[in-house]
Amino acid sequence: MFKTILSRLGQGVIVVFFLLSITFVLVRLMPGDPLTDEKALPEHVIQKNREYYKLDQPTVVQYFHYLGNVAQGDLGPAMSKAGRDVFEIIRYSFPASLALGVSGILISIVVGIPAGIISALRKNSYIDYGTMVLAMFGISIPSFVIGPLLASSIASNVPFLKVAGWGDPLDWVLPSVTLGLATAAYIARITRGGMLEVLNQDYIRTARAKGVSQLNIILKHAMRGGIIPAIAYIGPAFAALISGSFIVETIFQIPGLGQHFINGALARDYNLIQGVVILFGILIVIANLAADIALALLNPRLRKA
Amino acid sequence: MSETKIDKGNSLWADAWVRLKKNRMATGSMAVLVVIGLLCFIIPVIGEITASEDPLERSSHWFKNPNYQDLTNTFAPPSSLHWLGTDQSGRDLFSRLLYGGQISLLVGLVATSVSLVIGIVYGSIAGYIGGRMDTLMMRVVDILYGLPFLVLVILFSLLISEHMKDVAIVMQDDWGWDAEFVKKTTNLIPLFVAIGSLGWLTMARMARAQVMNIKKQEFVEAAVSLGLPHNKILFRHIMPNMLGPVIVYATLTVPGFILFEASLSYLGLGVESPNSSWGILLKDGANYMETYPRLLIIPSVAFSLTLFALNFLGDGLRDALDPKASKD
Repeated sequence: MFKTILSRLGQGVIVVFFLLSITFVLVRLMPGDPLTDEKALPEHVIQKNREYYKLDQPTVVQYFHYLGNVAQGDLGPAMSKAGRDVFEIIRYSFPASLALGVSGILISIVVGIPAGIISALRKNSYIDYGTMVLAMFGISIPSFVIGPLLASSIASNVPFLKVAGWGDPLDWVLPSVTLGLATAAYIARITRGGMLEVLNQDYIRTARAKGVSQLNIILKHAMRGGIIPAIAYIGPAFAALISGSFIVETIFQIPGLGQHFINGALARDYNLIQGVVILFGILIVIANLAADIALALLNPRLRKA
Repeated sequence: MSETKIDKGNSLWADAWVRLKKNRMATGSMAVLVVIGLLCFIIPVIGEITASEDPLERSSHWFKNPNYQDLTNTFAPPSSLHWLGTDQSGRDLFSRLLYGGQISLLVGLVATSVSLVIGIVYGSIAGYIGGRMDTLMMRVVDILYGLPFLVLVILFSLLISEHMKDVAIVMQDDWGWDAEFVKKTTNLIPLFVAIGSLGWLTMARMARAQVMNIKKQEFVEAAVSLGLPHNKILFRHIMPNMLGPVIVYATLTVPGFILFEASLSYLGLGVESPNSSWGILLKDGANYMETYPRLLIIPSVAFSLTLFALNFLGDGLRDALDPKASKD
């Protein structure tokens, strides 16, 4: 197990390295560079800036220079925001994105898994159909429709919820619900499928025959195997939620990483784009690893591999 | 013995069709999709044919030019002139909805086709060759899987669209194409390519698993023993047998990509004027949600209905083509 984790971490480093290299090349292939601005600066100032950001050197030199800096934890200065460090920008804006992502995934787990289990237990009943149609709605309606609708219908009627902003934890409610709804729907569908498969197995019948109570059958016997597909989905879903939270951040005007990344991409801020992408890469690796560990804990057959 | 009636064997497709017809959600979805498709692709054509010659307006009395702004007539309520009213710049919402639908559906279909072609070819080659090559190819997929999709699509489409500007100049000046048409296509191609060329990973995994299964069967062995070349075995004998799962997956991919385009457009990175898509309409509508909820609700209904229908059709197809998986 320990060996597996180590090798997966090694693989993760490779993934982040590839991601970084791809991004490095992609941003430099884009026409224009971070210093072409509407404000026409004097030629010698631009020249100075080029030197400062090492843009006057060959790309290969820039690449190795950047790799060296990253290895030391230095993400470089932001090119579109004079005097600010990429690391500093991330430190200030990432907590909001992370809080949003974590609460979003929690909501989707808390809603999705029970909904899936209930649907599977009441297979082909109206509860089942109702839940699955509702889940389909959750998948089909984009967050930028649900978000404004929630904001206008709930925030204007419930006094302590605000339409936008990110002050106290109550402000997290609407954005996380918006973000988590689609994932909750997927999780519900996957959980239902997984539970149905397990509930048909012989060992469940055996447990029934031995007189184990329905509750114990579900909690102790069926759930352990039944939620495996859902857990496998949650790892990648979490990563997708964090990078997909751009939209929710825009809707609710949350000071997260999203705006910085989009503005950075439009302003060709090489360092900022690369910094954000590295962060996402690391998050994805961690999320997938966590999912794999959880899977191994649930499924002994996976532990040997 | 001779009187035993032998039932005519049903093909997989005939069986699937019978099962699909029994699924009311799926047939309903199919009908909805046909109607939406016809509305989006036929009505604008009729509208353009019956349009007046006035170059600015280019409208008929019932179907307006979606880009014609009438700033004296903004936020008009639905009427016989504007069936769904007008938006914040006095553009006709009905025609904008249909033209936007064209783009949204096109993005979904074209990007799915791009990703299908790449994914199937890549995955089947990996599965067919097997061994070390397979491990290597699938490791590449694993690595790509670990990348943030949205982020890469944003970077990739920005990159392509910058280069499309040069292509646009060639099209317009050297080939003499219509300026508006050039602008429209060069705006869309980056989206198609970026979404399609990054969205093929799941398809590749699926295709590989299918090929590995099929390649063990006797008819492939027969083809091998007849001395057929590998490309013929793979493309003529193996690939047709994986059509079922491919169709199911494609149907479920289309709504995903439509949603994806809408998200990009919502962030201001997708479709640009003179094109419009449902994503743009939703974004504009959200701005006036409080005062003119119609502007948000109408596109939302069209958009969600389409996605809903596509998802249900995909589910239905899966149940129909793979009855074993859906016994419950």
